[in-house]
Amino acid sequence: MAHIVIVGLNHRSAPVEIREKLAFPADTIGCALRGLLERQQISEGVILSTCNRVEVCALATVAYQGAAIIQDFLAGFHGIPSGELGRYLYHYEGEEAVRHLFRVSSSLDSMVLGEPQILGQVKDAYGYAAEFRAIGPILDKFFNKAFSVAKRVRTETKVASSAVSVSYAAVELARKIFGDLKDKTVMLIGAGEMCELAARHLLNAGVKGIVVTNRTFERAVKLADEFGGTAVRFDELLGHLKRADIILSSTGAPHFILKRSDVDEVIRIRKNRPMFFIDMAVPRDIDPDANQIDNVYVYDIDDLNNVIETNLEERQREAALAEEIVVAEVKGFLRWLELQQTTPTIVTLRRKFEEVKDAEVAKALAALGAEDPKTRKVVEALASSILNKVLHAPVTALKKDSGQLSPMELVAVVRELFDLPDPAGPDGSANGATKEEGGNIAKG
Amino acid sequence: MHVSLLKITTFFYLIGAVLYLYYVVTLHEKGARLGRMFLLIGVILHAIGFVWRYVTAGYTPITNLFESLQFFAFAIAGVFLVVELRYGLRVLGAFVAPLAFVFSVFAAFMEGEIGQLAPALNSYWLPVHVILLFIGDAVFAVAFAAGIMYLLQEKEVKRKRLGALFKRLPSLDVLDDINYKCLTVGFPLLTLGIITGSIWAEYAWGSYWSWDPKETWSLITWLFYAALLHGRLTVGWRGRKAAILAIVGFCAVLFTFLGVNLLLPGLHTYSSLSG
Repeated sequence: MAHIVIVGLNHRSAPVEIREKLAFPADTIGCALRGLLERQQISEGVILSTCNRVEVCALATVAYQGAAIIQDFLAGFHGIPSGELGRYLYHYEGEEAVRHLFRVSSSLDSMVLGEPQILGQVKDAYGYAAEFRAIGPILDKFFNKAFSVAKRVRTETKVASSAVSVSYAAVELARKIFGDLKDKTVMLIGAGEMCELAARHLLNAGVKGIVVTNRTFERAVKLADEFGGTAVRFDELLGHLKRADIILSSTGAPHFILKRSDVDEVIRIRKNRPMFFIDMAVPRDIDPDANQIDNVYVYDIDDLNNVIETNLEERQREAALAEEIVVAEVKGFLRWLELQQTTPTIVTLRRKFEEVKDAEVAKALAALGAEDPKTRKVVEALASSILNKVLHAPVTALKKDSGQLSPMELVAVVRELFDLPDPAGPDGSANGATKEEGGNIAKG
Repeated sequence: MHVSLLKITTFFYLIGAVLYLYYVVTLHEKGARLGRMFLLIGVILHAIGFVWRYVTAGYTPITNLFESLQFFAFAIAGVFLVVELRYGLRVLGAFVAPLAFVFSVFAAFMEGEIGQLAPALNSYWLPVHVILLFIGDAVFAVAFAAGIMYLLQEKEVKRKRLGALFKRLPSLDVLDDINYKCLTVGFPLLTLGIITGSIWAEYAWGSYWSWDPKETWSLITWLFYAALLHGRLTVGWRGRKAAILAIVGFCAVLFTFLGVNLLLPGLHTYSSLSG
């Protein structure tokens, strides 16, 4: 029998000092996967390592031992006492594990709900496992399902649809004002950390160029070099303003450096081509009244914070919807997983009974000494009929999921009662058996 | 038969409009795809209906109010499909498809049988004159829709509460661009429509210009759009101002088309309710 087990830690369960100790740099993952698979009861494995989480997902032959084995492996690989490590680890088995991976890949378990990187990181982890042949049919199906769940969550809910950081909100707004940003120019006034971050995001979003100005011209030059832009002197600001479509400002000035009348004049010179002012300074640099001018949009830091707050609330609301998707998908995947267990059991059960029947029919025919085909036919039909009728109830019970016992428990009981060998070995022979003996199941 | 074919398009425009609205509310791609399909079927049925009617009647069937409204709805849906193909702006459908529906449903309740053609209309100028004008008007209808969308989106950005509309509507720049492109296509069509009409009037009524209410209002509409185009090109009218003017301009178009027909009798009274 195969059990999916996940053992790991994340930003909630462990402080960064522990997380960084447990991290697997990309070049160690191959070696780690080999170490993991050397353990007796582990047949498939995937290692996910990001700055916020380290998780090992494995297929274990014995569920309750699986978690302990993985914990032992993590402790051994990183040279940390297993007992100390246990405090920071969580472990999930079976249904819980399925739910966990689906939630992680859909970014429902992330520090910033709905952040987009995690899916790529899970895909990378899967890629490594495939590259080092650590993945088998069950985990392969499991991870691919997780990717499709993540895609469903992304397209069917708005969990990841809106910006939740100030600089992304600025880019999102710029896109809604200007559409394409590739022929737009950014002007950076002053040097605040948030402004620089926003400028970087805008550059990534494809703006054409950047103009930097600062009270200290040398700083402007330095920043301009960094961004591949041009520096202008602070007292020439108004003259250069007409070139800028997006203006990021954060100076330490105690008063407005751009008055409404300044903006009025610039927008006239620009023949009303829109301007987007992002004022990150406190006290503010740009007269908020300028927002009333047609084709001019002024956002200060509070406005942007309000935007991302609303977006975060929206994500939270959408997360409930996403959880529903996950619940449904977990059910679907578990059904598939159970089928992987019940089908080979039905096959072995049937095969065992067929062998008994064949032996007994041969014995009976020998005792009768009957040679004529009619007698043979009757005896064989009798035996087959008894076999089918006896097997009907247990096979039906194994196939449907409605009794008091779960399919997994039923499988265990049937194996125990009829002394069946375990077909789901680590080499995945269970799947082979399913394919070969498919015809028999249909008859039963 | 061609009458039923023309009238049945109303149903397709209605379903198309509902599907596009459904798309805007839920953002399910399927809504937009199906909406486009229904509009396309509506346009195709309309085209077949018009060809059929042309063959039956022996002249271009855009001569009375029923036919004009049908053709206007057809032109709006057709122009929208072209714009969508070009820009991929599905949200626009939620604003334009209802327009196509409104004009076609108006016609659906009218008597649609082929009537007696007024002798003055029996001319090769008829198709040229009316098709140019109605396609021009349909282009202005799209500009009108883009104008409304611009005002809605601008309000979202200005008041800084970025709600559902902000996410669904396209960028201000794209909406302003559609507005401008529509003006550059619609204005020449309107101009040519008026010129061909004037030449035809010389043949039919013996005068290029008779200050008939339709002519007067066409001139007012033309002057309005000429001013808007001029303002855009030289002074840099754009954004909010241009959007409002495009909306007002389309109201002038509507008055020239429907208001004059229904309220102000004149030489053009072929397409009043009684005619």
